[in-house]
Amino acid sequence: MTEKKENNFLIDTGNLSPKALARKHQLENDPSCRRDPMEYLPGMEIIKSDIREKVMREVDAYDYESYTAADVRRALNHEHRTIEDFKALLSPAAAPFLEEMSRIASEITSRHFGNTVYLFTPLYIANYCENYCVYCGFNCYNSIHRLKLEHEQIEHEMKVIADSGMEEILILTGESRAKSDVKYIGEACKLASKYFRNVGLEIYPVNTDEYRYLHECGADYVTVFQETYDLKKYETLHLLGHKRVWPYRFDAQERALRGGMRGAGFSALLGLSDYHKDALATGLHVYYLQRKYPQAELSLSCPRLRPIINNDKINPLDVSERVLCQILCAYRLFLPFAGITVSSRESARFRNGIAKIAATKISAGVSTGIGDHESKYEGKDDENAGDEQFEIQDQRSLHQMYDDMKGEGLQPVLNDYLYV
Amino acid sequence: MTTANDPLILGGHEFHSRFILGSGKYSMQLIEAAVKDAGAEIITLAVRRTNTQKKDNILDYIPKHVTLLPNTSGARNADEAVRIARLARELGCGDFVKIEIMRDTKYLLPDNTETIKATEILANEGFTVLPYMFPDLNAARDLVSAGAAAVMPLAAPIGSNKGLAAKEFIRILIDEIDLPVIVDAGIGRPSQACEAMEMGAAAIMANTALATAGDVTRMARAFRSAIEAGREAYLAGLGRVLTRGASASDPLTGFLREAK
Repeated sequence: MTEKKENNFLIDTGNLSPKALARKHQLENDPSCRRDPMEYLPGMEIIKSDIREKVMREVDAYDYESYTAADVRRALNHEHRTIEDFKALLSPAAAPFLEEMSRIASEITSRHFGNTVYLFTPLYIANYCENYCVYCGFNCYNSIHRLKLEHEQIEHEMKVIADSGMEEILILTGESRAKSDVKYIGEACKLASKYFRNVGLEIYPVNTDEYRYLHECGADYVTVFQETYDLKKYETLHLLGHKRVWPYRFDAQERALRGGMRGAGFSALLGLSDYHKDALATGLHVYYLQRKYPQAELSLSCPRLRPIINNDKINPLDVSERVLCQILCAYRLFLPFAGITVSSRESARFRNGIAKIAATKISAGVSTGIGDHESKYEGKDDENAGDEQFEIQDQRSLHQMYDDMKGEGLQPVLNDYLYV
Repeated sequence: MTTANDPLILGGHEFHSRFILGSGKYSMQLIEAAVKDAGAEIITLAVRRTNTQKKDNILDYIPKHVTLLPNTSGARNADEAVRIARLARELGCGDFVKIEIMRDTKYLLPDNTETIKATEILANEGFTVLPYMFPDLNAARDLVSAGAAAVMPLAAPIGSNKGLAAKEFIRILIDEIDLPVIVDAGIGRPSQACEAMEMGAAAIMANTALATAGDVTRMARAFRSAIEAGREAYLAGLGRVLTRGASASDPLTGFLREAK
C-alpha cells in the first residue's frame, strides 16, 4: 500500500554565499561529512533511562503486515488494550474497521473528557534556527525573513491574543540557542503568565535544570516532536545542528518532567518515514513514560508534512486523512487518558470531525509567522513580520472556532488548569 | 416527600437533595439538568475552571441557591491541594472544599495518604472538608480524626460507569464511620445509585453517567427518583440479604425448643 513517492526536500534558495551553498550540498550529498546522530554535543545532559530501549525494541520488531482482521477484532473487543492490540490497530488490517474504531474512540473520549474541546493558540517569538532540517521552513539554509521579537513586541502580541479571549498559549521558537536563549524564553514565559492561564513551550530540547528554570518562569507543559523515530531516516533529514542528536531529543520529555513540568507532548511528523512505525513509537513513548511518571499529563499531536516557503510541493505522501484518522483512533483506544491535539495543519472539515472522535485540543487564531498577530487578527498590513514555519489550512479565529465547536455539539473550554 | 425531615447535614449546612453533580465533564446543559431535573443543591467545580473565560463561564450557569463545592483537582500532593483550596476561598467560593489529590493521570485514583494530610491542614483552617478517597477503612478513620465533614469513597474508577465495584468496602465504611459517606465516582446507572443509597450512603455524586446519557434531562430525573427510592428503602429499614448458606429446614438450635 505504501507509495514509493518521496518528497523533494533539497531546494536551493536565496542568496547563500558560494561557501554556504557548497557546505549545504556537501551535507546533502556526502553522509560521511555529517555528525553521528547518536553522539551528544558538549553541554547536552545525558540521563539514565530505559524508555528509548523499550520503545525501539517494540518498533524494530513491528511487522505490521502480519496482523489480520482477527487481530483487529480482538483488539477492538478488549477493554484494556495491550501493545499487541495497538500494533494491530495501526496495521493495514485495521483500515476496513475505521468506522468501528471511530465509534469506540468517540465513546472513550467522551468518557474521559466529556464533550469538551480545549482551545489554544501558538505564538512564535523567533524564527532563527541553527539546524538544517530539510523539510522545515525555518531551516538555516532557507531564505526567509528572520525575526526575533523583543520584550515589548512579545507583550504586544500577547495582548492582542489575550484580547481575543484566548487563555492558553504555546510559545514557540526556531531552534537557536544563540538568538533565542533559555533566559529569553524564560522572560517570554513570565510575560505569558501575566496574560494567560496556561503556558506551554515548544522549543529546542534543553537540560533538566533549564526546564526547571522555565517551569519557575511559568511554563508547565513541554512539547517536543521527535519528527521520526526511524534513526536512519532521521539522519538523512536533520543534516546539521543540535537537532541532529537523536537521543538527546528523545529524552527531552523525560528531562522536562524531571525538571518539574506538569505535562509533556509527543509526536512524529507524519509523512517523513514509515507512519506505522512512527505512530507506534509515538504511542509507546507516551505509554512507557506514563508508567514511569504516572502523575504526568501526557498528550499526542499528529502533524502531517505541509508545504513551506520556497517549497510548495512538500506533502504528507501516503498519510491520507483516512490514515490519520486511523492513527488517532489507535492512539485513543490504546491511551484513553492522553490528550490529543490536532493543529491547523489540518482542514476545518477534518478538525470538526476528529474533535468528535479523538481530539481533545485544537488551535485557533493561528499564525506560524513572527509578530503578525495584529495584522492577522485585525487585517492590518505588517511588512516587518517574520516568515512562517509552514502553511496552515484552518485559519479560523478563536470566535469562529468557538462557535463552530458549539455547533458541532461540543463544549469549547479555554482553560482547565491552575499553576501550583 | 421525606426529604423535609431527612436532611443531609454537611459541616452544619442542611441539604434536601442527596444528588451531587460531580465536576469534569461540564456542559451548560448538564448543569441545568442536574439542578432542575436531578434536584442537585451541590455542584462541585474544579477551582482551575473558576474565575476563567468570560464566555460561557460556568459560574454564570450555577443558580444562586446551589452550593458550590470547589475541588482541588490538578493537585498532585497535599501542599498543592492546600494552595488550591485557599485560592478557592480567596475567589469567594466559600468554605466548602472537596479534596482531590491524584498522582496518576491514567486511572485518576485518589492518594489517601496525601489526602489525610491536606484534610488536617484545611480543617484546622476552618474549611468544611469533603475528601475524595479510595475506600480504605484505616484511611477513612484517619480522615475522621483529621477533621473531615464526610468521606467520599469511589465506587469504581472515575468515569468508568462500572457501579459499585468497591461495594463491600464502602459497606464497611458505612458501618464503621460516623460521618456521612458520599459515594463518589463510578456510578453509572440509577439502579447502582439506588443500591448505594439502600446500603446507607448519605448521598451520590455522579457526572459521567449523566453527561454521557442519550437524554441528559431524562437521566437526571431517573437519578433523582433512584436516589430518593434508595433513601426511602434505607429509612424503611431494609434488611440485609445474606446470601452465604441457606436457611436450614432443621434448625441447629432445634434441640433448644424443649429447653427449660
